[in-house]
This record gives sequence, structure tokens and C-alpha cells, in this order.
Amino acid sequence: MDVRYVNPFIKSICNTLEMMCSQKTTVGRPALKTPECMSGSDVSSIIGFSGDAAGSVVLHFSFDTASKLASSFAGIDITPDHADFADALGELANMVAGGAKAQFEGLDVSISLPNVVVGKNHNVSASKTSPRIIIPCSCESGNFEVEVGMEIKKPTGVAAAGAASGANA
Amino acid sequence: MKILLVDDSRTIRNIQKNVLKQLGHTDILEAEDGVKALEIWGQQTPDLALVDWNMPNMDGITFVRKIREQNTTVPLIMCTTEAEKTRVIEAIKAGVNNYIVKPFTVESLGEKISETMAKAGAPA
Repeated sequence: MDVRYVNPFIKSICNTLEMMCSQKTTVGRPALKTPECMSGSDVSSIIGFSGDAAGSVVLHFSFDTASKLASSFAGIDITPDHADFADALGELANMVAGGAKAQFEGLDVSISLPNVVVGKNHNVSASKTSPRIIIPCSCESGNFEVEVGMEIKKPTGVAAAGAASGANA
Repeated sequence: MKILLVDDSRTIRNIQKNVLKQLGHTDILEAEDGVKALEIWGQQTPDLALVDWNMPNMDGITFVRKIREQNTTVPLIMCTTEAEKTRVIEAIKAGVNNYIVKPFTVESLGEKISETMAKAGAPA
């Protein structure tokens, strides 16, 4: 994965949480995903990319962080057994993915409908696109991780709009 | 005034409903995709519709084209994560009156709705 494409995701995460949840996000240093670097998730919101870039973005949450973020997003209390729990977290991932892809200047990329995996301490395996980058994030609702794996299909020197400032990965 | 919300996310529809209620609108219809929205449109024509782009069964851009094929001038607002200029142009060509990119603030959503209604000559 071209690490220049990490910055659009960082910008989009911060913007989405600021606008929809009124929360500031602190972003840690992105790192390559290894089996050792990730603990299991309780909730994973997944969006796929296709077109000039293929891959996916996955938002990994604990139940506690997911509940607090979903509640902040929807404006009502949403616990994991609420009918809109997965819907809210899927839409959150949808906004993060959409905001990032809008910064992929020169690339025609489509995003999938969201899928949300709910289950204590699960892992999401995505071996088709590697390496994958883990972006540690922290906000008022708690800590969470954003996993990005993306392969650029378009054979040009196209750079993401956010690439000029460089990624930390 | 009857307003149709077309979005596969119930959470988003609820957020939109809350904004509309703050603007004094309570006559609200809901559809989770373009197919359901067309069914509703056939039964009771709304005065305004907010339409998501990416939805299962029938996406928002197809829905907009089908509505405009009926030669109706009912204002349509696209509310979507699709933020690229090419998508905005495509939506305008299809016949939307206004465009809101998700994520949005409650204030910006309210302003877009009021602005669209005012341009269409409807009371905001």
C-alpha cells in the first residue's frame, strides 16, 4: 500500500467525528499491521473500495467505545443490543471512506455499502490487499483503530490530495 | 408540506427527521432505497425529497433520473458521502436541485433544506 494514501483517511476520520459527533480526534503514529499489533475487536465497520483503487477500510472498536460513539452520532442512547447499533457504526465508516476517497485526486473509486461485524474479541482477516496500515485513534468516546489496505490500480503517478504533507507511516 | 427521506441508514433518516422537526416539518415519509421510494412516490407525491446516493436495490442517482422522467419539478436534494466534483455534476445533470455532502452539521443540513425550499417557492 502506498502510505501517501493514509493522510486522506486521517483527515476524514477527524472531520467526520468533529462534524457528526462534535468530538476532537487524536491520531497516533500509523503502523504496519502485524498479528502482534492488534488486540481483538468487538465491533468492526467495513467499507470496500473498487475501481482505480481496491481495498478496504475497517474501523475497529471495543463495545464501550462503539456504544458511546454510536450514541453521540445518533443523538440517542445506543447500546450494542439497540436495533440501530450496527447501522450507526456502518454509516460512520461510510462517511470516513467517502471523505477519504474524495481526496484521491484523479482516481475514480467506488465504495461498497457498509458491513458491520459484532462479536466479542473477533479478528477481521483481509489478506487480498497488503500491507495494511493501522491508525490508532482516540476521542472523547474512547480509543479505536482504523485499518486501511489499498492497492492503486491506475498506473499513473497520481498522488492523493493529502500526500504533499506526507504520511507518518 | 410532505417530505420524503430516502436513505438506507435509519440513523441518518432519524437525524434528518430531527432537523426537519426543528424547522417545523412533521409530515415525513421514509424509504430505505430507491425502489421503496418510487412506490411511495406513486401513492403520495412529496413536496421535497432528500436522497442518498449509495443504497441497495436502487441507488439514489437512478431514483432521481426516474423521478425526473415523470417531468416533475419537486425539489430533490442529494445527501451523500459522494463528494467528488464529477459526482456532483452527474447529480445536477440528473436533476437534483441541491447537494449535501456527508458528514454534515445539523445547521448546514437545515440551511440547505431551507435554501432549497425557498428557491422552489415553498415556505421554509
